[in-house]
Amino acid sequence: MAESQIKNFNLNFGPQHPSAHGVLRLVLEMDGEVVERADPHIGLLHRGTEKLIEYKTYLQAVPYFDRLDYVAPQNQEHAFALAVERLLGLEVPPRGQYIRVLYAEIGRILNHILNVCSYAMDVGAMTPMLWGFEERERLMEFCERVSGARMHMAYFRPGGVSLDMPAGLAADIYSWCDHFPQVIDDMETLLTENRIFKQRTVDIGIITAEQAFDWGFTGPNLRACGIAWDLRKSQPYDAYAKMDFDIPVGKRGDCYDRYLLRMAEMRESVKIMRQALDQMPGGPCKVDDRKVTPPPREEMKKSMEALIHHFKLYTEGYHVPAGETYTAVEAPKGEFAVYLIADGTNKPYRCKIRAPGFAHLQALEFLSKGHMLADIVANIGSIDIVFGEIDR
Amino acid sequence: MTLALKSLGDTIAASLPGDVLAAEIVRDELTVRVRRDSIVKVLTFLRDNAQFKQLMDVCGVDRPGRAPRFDVVYHLLSLTQNLRVRVKVETDEHEPVPSVTGVFSTADWFERETWDLFGIFFSDHPDLRRILTDYGFEGHPLRKDFPLTGYVEPRYDAAQKRVVYEPVKLTQEFRTFDFMSPWEGIPVRLPGDEKADKPPEAKGKP
Repeated sequence: MAESQIKNFNLNFGPQHPSAHGVLRLVLEMDGEVVERADPHIGLLHRGTEKLIEYKTYLQAVPYFDRLDYVAPQNQEHAFALAVERLLGLEVPPRGQYIRVLYAEIGRILNHILNVCSYAMDVGAMTPMLWGFEERERLMEFCERVSGARMHMAYFRPGGVSLDMPAGLAADIYSWCDHFPQVIDDMETLLTENRIFKQRTVDIGIITAEQAFDWGFTGPNLRACGIAWDLRKSQPYDAYAKMDFDIPVGKRGDCYDRYLLRMAEMRESVKIMRQALDQMPGGPCKVDDRKVTPPPREEMKKSMEALIHHFKLYTEGYHVPAGETYTAVEAPKGEFAVYLIADGTNKPYRCKIRAPGFAHLQALEFLSKGHMLADIVANIGSIDIVFGEIDR
Repeated sequence: MTLALKSLGDTIAASLPGDVLAAEIVRDELTVRVRRDSIVKVLTFLRDNAQFKQLMDVCGVDRPGRAPRFDVVYHLLSLTQNLRVRVKVETDEHEPVPSVTGVFSTADWFERETWDLFGIFFSDHPDLRRILTDYGFEGHPLRKDFPLTGYVEPRYDAAQKRVVYEPVKLTQEFRTFDFMSPWEGIPVRLPGDEKADKPPEAKGKP
């Protein structure tokens, strides 16, 4: 048989593909079924968040952060609240700090459940999704009970949290903490030793520590390469310094390690939630500065000054002294940071959002090169991308 | 932490005397201003000699009132020292900034984003395409002179069976409010207030 010239084949993957996790458009160059080149096209969900924030007051900017990584909204708000507090020089009262830690960990579990389950579904396992989403729904009910919204909470605000926890919520979260590790165990029986799952993930998308540094990896994806780096430990914010928890690390840096790591992190998060509930102090949940946080409703019925404060706060907002800060938190996906420049007015001059997924997705080409087409799906699932934060 | 940052700032300034313009610490954050042409050299020095192995972020800042109009800001992180450093260069619409993709691979998309949103050009960048905005988008939206509403809006035209772009039509005028108050110690010049610059006249003069 005569040899024929085989040309590489260009394949368009997404933006409406169920395992593209949103609106990822990948232009793949295939040599048979092997990926030669992968060019992610992003920006299909670009909403101009950074531009919009420049035209909003500091308080009005908070809900935009929910809509970045909509899988774990509170962790984004956390970064913005900390950045504004840093420029204002505010110290949140202890109760506010503990509530924030509690809800930041709820956000982490929300994220990891979604990631692990949808990732399992991408590589062919249906059941974890059905089991995991039941728990996600319970967590979102806790969010609803504290803020009124299941997902876009707008709960962590500069100066503390918007409302205190209602009576009985702490007990319910505590009993959920007792029950949830069993769900993780059940999910692990489905996946961890599952032959098909391991065939699809072990030794797929290996990344070494040096490469991870070069590509700006953070969070679980960096820890899966064996680097014990967690901002909650190394640069603790709010009440994390008082929490006792471990940082799980991986060994090989492949897709399977990233899965195992997220499972382990959920167990650690439950540990932190228990401690936050146990140590939860009394007192106010936001700073007692009427120029930054609104007065309580009953005070407004009696005090003219409180009424003026409320009006000024929700129309003009507060003026933040000129300065700049780069404040990062350990969001479930990695280092989520806000580079905030204030110019003394009531609106941010510039608010750059550093999304961890942006750096991770960029490395997809390098992760996928030489793998099969089906492994792209495993890679996308394991690096945990959400387009809300990548496209901003 | 401030002590470590101070010694780090001094080390950088002493090691690269011709390249570093200033190093200052505000609110426990170290900012190093460097010459535009030296950015690759400075970041290579920070990576190889100061253990700043990770580039976390590259972004632009637009300051239309200033002579070189843009800042390009690099944020680096050192895991071993647990420190961050911010490196800044200045540029304008025409002068290119040397690309640092050779030092940190992750700079690729961040520089594309800065080009897309601010129109800051990076020389020697392997693939300087737009990244976040639409295919065929014109303008650089994060510049301060770009309107919040943009210039065009897309719409699906049923007759032509395709998406068409039309100039933005606002049903209500875009409103901005000036919240600067002359009563709260903010130095604001009211329009038409020429006397603000003059020293107050001595009282009791004939």
